[in-house]
Amino acid sequence: MSEVLSFHFDVDGNDFTCAGQASVQVKKNLRRLGLSPETIRRVSIAMYEGEINMVIHAGGGHAEVRVAQDAIEIILEDKGPGIADIEKAMQAGYSTAPDTIRSLGFGAGMGLPNMKRYTDSLDIQSTVGVGTRIVMRVNLDN
Amino acid sequence: MKICKIQELLDARVLVGEEDLGKHVYSACGSDMMSDVLAFVKDQAVLVTGLVNVQVIRTAEMMDMVCVVFVRDKQPTEEMLRLAKECGIVVLASKKRMYEACGILYSNGLVGNKLKEPTA
Ligand SMILES: Nc1ncnc2c1ncn2[C@@H]1O[C@H](COP(=O)(O)OP(=O)(O)O)[C@@H](O)[C@H]1O
Ligand SMILES: [Mg+2]
Repeated sequence: MSEVLSFHFDVDGNDFTCAGQASVQVKKNLRRLGLSPETIRRVSIAMYEGEINMVIHAGGGHAEVRVAQDAIEIILEDKGPGIADIEKAMQAGYSTAPDTIRSLGFGAGMGLPNMKRYTDSLDIQSTVGVGTRIVMRVNLDN
Repeated sequence: MKICKIQELLDARVLVGEEDLGKHVYSACGSDMMSDVLAFVKDQAVLVTGLVNVQVIRTAEMMDMVCVVFVRDKQPTEEMLRLAKECGIVVLASKKRMYEACGILYSNGLVGNKLKEPTA
């Protein structure tokens, strides 16, 4: 995969109102590259869900988006509590989000399933007490 | 339906996007749960919501929506309005409640969509 462009973001874990800023910026950047609206939307939604997760579950982290000839890769890394049972976390409706988060409109347990749905591949590496690394890929059929 | 028709039907104030009121939209959804909007909505152009925080605008932007209607006369923050403007999203505010607002729009021809279950 020959790399063309990459974007980096520090995702602030202390301020819920900032969650999603990186995704909005990525969407802008991808529009400028002239990618198809469908591709841009898939990347945006998947990244936004991941970014929100980093903020509400992991205290923030680092996001990187790589745009190559054949695919867009979204890499999300955090030093949060990690995910003990990834299979369980992937189930629709499973959520450990507190009610405070739910009152803000999130925490329905649909984020990870949604990230899987909107991408061509989703890989989660997580170690309890160490952190989580998620790599998502959206193929470009050009 | 033109966005100006939504404004008229809901007796709404235009907070952002006066210049885009002539745009046509064909479907809408109503929710206070952005997680559900992100997971279940497909191609709806209008989001009717009673939730007021900046994530509402970001969610609409991620979903390529063109109009957000705040019900119960909720007043969005300056930051929300600024972001909506930047994203080209029309923002309306109506005194009506969620149920009524959605009912009015629906009965005037602005449909919802088939609920598409995530296949993951
Ligand atoms: N980056 C992360 N770090 C730690 N736990 C996470 C992370 N992302 C997701 N999780 C766990 O997986 C669960 C399911 O995530 P998700 O499907 O996005 O639902 P929600 O965010 O609505 O809870 C979360 O409730 C949380 O327990
Ligand atoms: Mg989530």
